[in-house]
Amino acid sequence: MDPVFLGNVDASFMSQIPKTQQQDYPVLFEMGAPGLTAVALPESGVRAADRRRHVPAELLAEQLPALPEVGELDLVRHYKRLSHKCFSVDENFYPLGSCTMKYNPRINERVAAMPEFTEVHPYQEDADVQGLLEMLYWLRCDLAEIAGLAEVTLQPAAGAHGEMTGLMIINAYHRSRGENRRQVLAPESAHGTNPASCTICGCTQISVKGKPNGRVDLDDLRAKVNRDTAALMLTNPNTVGIFDEQVADIARILHAQGTQFYMDGANMNAILGITQPGRFGVDVMHYNTHKTFSTPHGGGGPGAGPVAVAEHLRPFLPVPQVARRCDGSFTWDYDRPHSIGKVRSFYGQIGVLVRAYTYIRALGPDGLRDVAEKAVLNANYLAARVKHRYELPFPPPYAHEFIAMPKFGDSGIGDLEVSKRLLDHRIHPPTMSFPIHHCLMIEPTETESLAALDQFVAAMLEIADEAEKDPEMVKTAPHTTSVKRVDEVTASRKPNVRWKPAVR
Amino acid sequence: MSVPSDRKYTETHEWFMVEGDVVTMGITQYAADELTDITYVDLPDVGASVAAGEPVGEVESVKATSDVYSAVTGEVVETNNELADHPEILNEDAFDRGWLLRIRADSLKPLNKLMDAREYEAHIAL
Repeated sequence: MDPVFLGNVDASFMSQIPKTQQQDYPVLFEMGAPGLTAVALPESGVRAADRRRHVPAELLAEQLPALPEVGELDLVRHYKRLSHKCFSVDENFYPLGSCTMKYNPRINERVAAMPEFTEVHPYQEDADVQGLLEMLYWLRCDLAEIAGLAEVTLQPAAGAHGEMTGLMIINAYHRSRGENRRQVLAPESAHGTNPASCTICGCTQISVKGKPNGRVDLDDLRAKVNRDTAALMLTNPNTVGIFDEQVADIARILHAQGTQFYMDGANMNAILGITQPGRFGVDVMHYNTHKTFSTPHGGGGPGAGPVAVAEHLRPFLPVPQVARRCDGSFTWDYDRPHSIGKVRSFYGQIGVLVRAYTYIRALGPDGLRDVAEKAVLNANYLAARVKHRYELPFPPPYAHEFIAMPKFGDSGIGDLEVSKRLLDHRIHPPTMSFPIHHCLMIEPTETESLAALDQFVAAMLEIADEAEKDPEMVKTAPHTTSVKRVDEVTASRKPNVRWKPAVR
Repeated sequence: MSVPSDRKYTETHEWFMVEGDVVTMGITQYAADELTDITYVDLPDVGASVAAGEPVGEVESVKATSDVYSAVTGEVVETNNELADHPEILNEDAFDRGWLLRIRADSLKPLNKLMDAREYEAHIAL
């Protein structure tokens, strides 16, 4: 077949692999035969002659589009085969740092599929959906308790959306005090969404330096915080996998200037039930439910990014807010005159929030703390097992993830090569070159068994050995996947992203 | 890697060379090497105004997309058209054939603050 859908595959390498191992199937357009169909459509109720009268001539096609023509079974087999090519945490170890690719327990799906959650409409009367509202209310309360903050909005549809909502709340707070603060600080290693959120909210982002041990440089912070600083956006544990224990000092420096402390909750997995951001001085934070509370991850959504705020910021939360009346019934509260308004249509990504609530309730307070402890233990175990072959630029102990540097002299083997070779071990590569160049950021998550962790260690050590004894093996990896090393340079210089029919 | 001594350098790895009131700028070979294979270069139109400290274009590689910053304020008088079809020139020869823009600068003063070749070499050796 023409392998265009796979990017530009190195043809010379592909030809060395026996046909049976290539596992390349025809694209849908190359299957079937004229007249085959997987769906039976009824006759059109509009006569052809009328169509010409009612539809402007320039909108009528001369000929039918060249859609695939395949039978239902062929269609099912086609997608089933493609699904076998997927790589997921359900099948394999997936230590993608900074993104917490944790296993999504099946109970989440079972609850989310309940008709009480799937067969409802946002325009239904409150009285018809009391169960749903109650669920959202308790989720709101649980998330506030986990954060150690006063109140939570469930509306934002993603973590970055939560950042934007949080900054809008902070801006509204400063304005309510007659101040117009336009600067937002963030560490050099911040997630890319932090400066993006600042810009969207009309603020300027200023970088704060980090120290060699991965903590915030407090002197640099002090020099940069002033009465024009709206907020500091900090991820803690931070993006290098370290809990910055100066965090209470950071909060004091900020609050002395009236600056708000925003925490990016991307790494909440490491501190669930152990500490609460509200206790160490955070004013606003967002959660990524897909990272912390096992809602589906990837594919661009749908997501949820609930935002928690301290008492003084409550008036500015988006409307409506799910609320409990004195009689114990639940409703939507729109009576919040200082609210920043709506940040999303209706009430948020309910299907995702149901899964997060299920996860929280299935585990309970002790279970959530256990999640964090195991995530931290697993990461530190891996670091301790690979440290004699991979440089660890920041000193342990780590939170739930750590950074390792593949350095093998002038062999030409770095983060990319090790990552590609891990594929041959059926392990998803860790995050590469974030937050520092040429690093691997490894996050095992809490659900992996000791045996799975040891397999990863064995793979990493074997690759380190190969880097010295048989570097070509590593540099030309992967060798066992259906798609081999792709020519990324040609693929991006001369992108070829659309299937084209073979010339007949 | 030799760093030419006929121009000035920024901490963000741009170089600036003065010819009369026109300043030619590009990115350093170190930057190009760090980016690895460059796949796309986005440059402003001739006639566009640029401001010191502001991004004037973008260099994209297999690994990353990076903004390119001007050190001077002025008007773009020429851009390197060859890069549109051959971004690899930047990897091959960032200091000469891989130049990005020529800017008629309002003032050359901002260049005084930049690093010379020796200082830049020390900067990238860190």
